[in-house]
Amino acid sequence: MTMQYEVRLPVFEGPLDLLLYLIRKNELDIYNIPVSEITEQYLKYIELMKSLNLDLAGEYLVLAATLLHIKSRMLLPHYEDEEDEEEDPREELVQQLLTYQAFREAARALDSRPRLEREVFTRGFKESETKENQGELGDWVEIGLFELLDAFQRVLHRLKPGEIMEIEGETITLAQKIAELGETLKKFGSLTFEELFSGPRSRREMIYMFLAILEMMRRKMVSAYQLTTFSSIRLFYEGEGIDVNE
Amino acid sequence: MLTNNLKNILESIIFASESPLSLDKIYALLVPEGFDKKEISRALRELKEEYRLRQGGFLLAEVAGGFQFRTRPEYATWIKKMRSARSSPITQAALETLAIIAYRQPVIKMEIDKIRGVDSGGVIRSLMERRLIRILGRKDVPGRPIMYGTTKHFLEMFNLKDLSELPTVKELKDLEGHEGSPK
Repeated sequence: MTMQYEVRLPVFEGPLDLLLYLIRKNELDIYNIPVSEITEQYLKYIELMKSLNLDLAGEYLVLAATLLHIKSRMLLPHYEDEEDEEEDPREELVQQLLTYQAFREAARALDSRPRLEREVFTRGFKESETKENQGELGDWVEIGLFELLDAFQRVLHRLKPGEIMEIEGETITLAQKIAELGETLKKFGSLTFEELFSGPRSRREMIYMFLAILEMMRRKMVSAYQLTTFSSIRLFYEGEGIDVNE
Repeated sequence: MLTNNLKNILESIIFASESPLSLDKIYALLVPEGFDKKEISRALRELKEEYRLRQGGFLLAEVAGGFQFRTRPEYATWIKKMRSARSSPITQAALETLAIIAYRQPVIKMEIDKIRGVDSGGVIRSLMERRLIRILGRKDVPGRPIMYGTTKHFLEMFNLKDLSELPTVKELKDLEGHEGSPK
């Protein structure tokens, strides 16, 4: 048996989130941050994230530069007589952290409210939406592009050479396929991936079908779910969709 | 007898309505029929109270400026058992952005980015797609940036009667004292 070690890092929503995390972790006073200490830790984290090939947004580096700048200003000697009251170089950052923290609290407060379709429900889910009706057990989880690509590859794999016919001169457009698929799904509510691909007869048509699914997912016309206990993927009709072209 | 009747009428139209039924719509229907606005409001209050006292599986809730029957949170697990789980969760980034927009609206993207310390373009787009936020207009400053605000759907989603019902957050209140007027 092979053992797999997984490095688990807290996922940060951004540089401010990381900084707040470090402040909390070290039980520091947000109004009196020891800048050189925190800068050092912050930079260490950035290095770690870089070495793990995590996508590092530019904002992390901007804050690193800000921290270094504050650190250097803290080192400068103070001239009491220059101005009656010299501004604390940390002031702006502290204010920024407090603001961010406050909105994070607000986000938490929002999240803890009973939410529609999570804690509270209104009338009117269709019988076709019940689990029983789908005749299978397990939880449906929403899936994305990678799972769909896998499934598509499996479908292509399973085809015997004779099953694919190439029809010369056939013309299919993506828009056509989307309209067609939309109609079918609207009629049935949901269909499995395999059912969908039992129709198309040519490789070209299958590819168009797949592209249509992706486009319709993007437009929120359909969503793809997979049962945790089976590998069968099911596409659900969501509605006319939205226009995402900006 | 009349009151009783009115209550039944209200109960039936709210029950049959697909989305929260607003007081305006209820008035528009019933005032021409000779019902008095005060009478209607009182009947609605009573109806709401009856459902609350009944302690049943659902309640008459006031959301997004209207009335709607909603299941009680305690029974969510049963509904989820019945239904195929399909509501997609809202990410932490989306919640933060939504909170900023909800509490600070009308607000421009730059302000959101500044508070969160990261670019929020993608999150804003997905919140728009989920119909939780909308464009309120353009701010009258150079560049005329887009101002965002929350939607009616947001109120429905978070079980809020109106924006004044947003949870009070101590940390936000503290900020107002410190920051002075926002630019």
